Amino acid sequence: MKMTKTLLASAVIAASFTAMQVHAADVPAGVKLADKQELVKGGEGEPATLDPQKIQGTPGSLRAKDLFEGLYSEGEGGKLVPGVATGYTVNDDNTVYTFNLRHDAKWSDGTPVTANDFVYGFQRLVDPKTASVYSWYAALAGIINAQNIIDGKAKPADMGVKALDKYTFQVTLDHPVPYFVKMTVNSAMYPAPKKAIEKFGDNWTKPGNLVSNGAYKLDTWIVNEKMVFVRNHDYWNDKKTIINKVTVLPIKDSTVEFSRYQAGDLDVTSFSGIPTNRYKELLKTTPDEVKVTPQLAAYYYDFNNQKPPFDDVRVRKALSYAIDRTIITKYVTGVGEIPAYTFTPPSVDGFKAKQPEYAKWTQAERNAKAKELLKEAGYDKNNPLDFTLLYNTNDGHKKIAIAVASMWKKTLGVNATLENQEWKTFIDTRNLGNFGVARDGWVGDYNEASTFLDLFKSTNTSNNAHYNNPEYDGYMAQAAKAKDPAPFYQKAEDLVIDKDMAVAPIYQYSIKRLVKTYVGGYQPNLEDNIYTRDMYIIAH
Amino acid sequence: MLRFIIKRLLEAIPTLLALVTLSFFLMHFAPGSPFTSERGVPPAVLANLQAKYHMNESLMSQYFHYLWDLLHGNLGYSFRFTDFTINQLVAQSFPVSAEIGFWSFVVAVSIGVLCGVFAALRQNSLLDYGVMAFANIGMVLPNFVIAPLCILFFSIHYHWLPAGGWNGGAWPYLIMPVIAMSTSYIAQIARITRGSMIETMHSNFIRTARAKGLPKSHIIIRHALRPAMLPVVSYLGPAFVGIITGSVVVDQFFGTGGIGQHFVNGAINRDYSMVMGITILIGTLTILFNAIVDIVYVFIDPKIRY
Repeated sequence: MKMTKTLLASAVIAASFTAMQVHAADVPAGVKLADKQELVKGGEGEPATLDPQKIQGTPGSLRAKDLFEGLYSEGEGGKLVPGVATGYTVNDDNTVYTFNLRHDAKWSDGTPVTANDFVYGFQRLVDPKTASVYSWYAALAGIINAQNIIDGKAKPADMGVKALDKYTFQVTLDHPVPYFVKMTVNSAMYPAPKKAIEKFGDNWTKPGNLVSNGAYKLDTWIVNEKMVFVRNHDYWNDKKTIINKVTVLPIKDSTVEFSRYQAGDLDVTSFSGIPTNRYKELLKTTPDEVKVTPQLAAYYYDFNNQKPPFDDVRVRKALSYAIDRTIITKYVTGVGEIPAYTFTPPSVDGFKAKQPEYAKWTQAERNAKAKELLKEAGYDKNNPLDFTLLYNTNDGHKKIAIAVASMWKKTLGVNATLENQEWKTFIDTRNLGNFGVARDGWVGDYNEASTFLDLFKSTNTSNNAHYNNPEYDGYMAQAAKAKDPAPFYQKAEDLVIDKDMAVAPIYQYSIKRLVKTYVGGYQPNLEDNIYTRDMYIIAH
Repeated sequence: MLRFIIKRLLEAIPTLLALVTLSFFLMHFAPGSPFTSERGVPPAVLANLQAKYHMNESLMSQYFHYLWDLLHGNLGYSFRFTDFTINQLVAQSFPVSAEIGFWSFVVAVSIGVLCGVFAALRQNSLLDYGVMAFANIGMVLPNFVIAPLCILFFSIHYHWLPAGGWNGGAWPYLIMPVIAMSTSYIAQIARITRGSMIETMHSNFIRTARAKGLPKSHIIIRHALRPAMLPVVSYLGPAFVGIITGSVVVDQFFGTGGIGQHFVNGAINRDYSMVMGITILIGTLTILFNAIVDIVYVFIDPKIRY
């Protein structure tokens, strides 16, 4: 109930203070701007696509944020900021959302952005013809018939989206989703330019063909070298945008990115732009450039809940308790990561998971309990537990695996053999359940607890721990229908971690970025939703 | 000569076919698929994706499909860069690698041959030891060490050159990739040239030339250099292909957008069409350059006739 009120209130506020709250570069008085307003930023790897409905992963979405604009965006501290929508209303049971769109929003070809462009974009996301790997996102949001269309049992036209008029867009859900508006921040729910897509087919995302509605339009795309965006003067808030040209460099390796940042090729790095071994030195030499903030993402180890001996909760708890998370985050990763004892990061909006009992113990107490549990489960020095710890080939994961395995060995006498596999083989092995303990990580899709807790539903395709508990599924089903889902999330969290320890949470990731001091307007938030239109270059 | 060229071209067809077949099946036997993703793809979506790439058909049918497309010069859609076809990606990245490769080749051959010849003529002198020490260091220093050293020195310390990028091949962007790419080849070529030159200088026809009282420069340039180049030329054919396509480290460090990175990432991402496309490209180039080497032989070795 509280949640609904908050949302309704925020809708009203959003509608009434639109002019003040939109994304735009706010230059403080007295700051002198540089003559050349050009920004070069790190773009992680090369994205698979620029098609908003097909984007999967951060390289694509960070570029799409500059090119396109959805109903809402995310601002500093994760608060919702109106995008193409100026406000919305929602019915009493959180199933019908009606968005009012601004009348001055335009595509880069000068045509207006209308409710029909959203209808087309949403339908396109689930249309089997699009074959989008992100179509599940619409089904997750509970939009009527989304799943049926994906499965080929209904037509895209049957989707619960419609244009009430040119500037009113309505979405109908099959169950209450109080956080639906937050989900619209994701690129999957951006509008789509029907004319360009139908004209150019698969080539519509190429420079010259791509029509976008964001602050920038695509100028150049050279795979593995760079992507260049220039100002979209048709953007409704163009007069408040300052940076004229954005160059995004696809550099995956943080060491390479760091050397190019040092050489002055880059003004802003990607979110993993600080090499662990340089962090302390950077804090001393250029502390003003170091921006480390929490990320909505969890690093954890999967126990294979279906396979002995990990089907025994005592074994899972013993192994989880024996991990000293403080040592891992302080000495192994060491760039602002936060030790995790719950699965849902406490910084997620709307639900602050209660810290379980074992989080309050000292590590010595945890170790003592771990020994006791493992002994109860039948393992000791004479009959030690032997298993393989699987991780994907990566130096960072290797360091953590070595640290954890040695903690297990020292505290419990457990022999964990380290095995690394290259990415696709690793994913395959993990999906098939051919492991005992495996490394895992999850980045939230939207700023709400269900993006994490949904993972452990027995039907979830990313439930790598193969956790299967009808009681848990029940709590999540109730949470989905509840106006205030927080109490059910708490029950689910207590069950999956405190009681069952289906996985061992290790830490919450951090966003570690280097930003030159002459770049203004950087607004970090949990989901790393960063928009160049907020930024500006200070004279230097 | 023409008959020889036609024969070589005809021989290339079964070789390439064998290469295509072997790579096609080997690649499909690797665990995982292009659609394996951390966020399990729902079955209905997976089915749609597989249909798009003919992956819902049997492996044999996919193979013949691939061959058919290949005959039409179509290398297929990339599984990784879904907005691009392999033809588009190759057209974008190959000229970059070819340019870096060409200049690296020119630098490697000119410096390598020069060093080799001087070292051979001053055998066991300080010059010889110096050149050979450089050659040995060049061979053991991999380009993933040279590349970051170059960046550290030229870009971060002195700000002389940009640390990466390509910008259509403007020369400041070309220098460091060429250094990183050519160093080990300079070393190899210098070693081969030296060995072969020493051997040639001890042969009977050089002794005869000396006995005739010809000037030393004349003996070296007119008589010794040509036969001494034979082993170098046979090394250069495959080396040239290696220089052009083996630029993965250079691509990664300098962000040039060359083709080498596509090859390695293609394998990691199970981008079947990418791996196939580049394998075919490398295969074709290897056959082509070996044939060129054979033709060049005719001009430098009078004993060879086709």
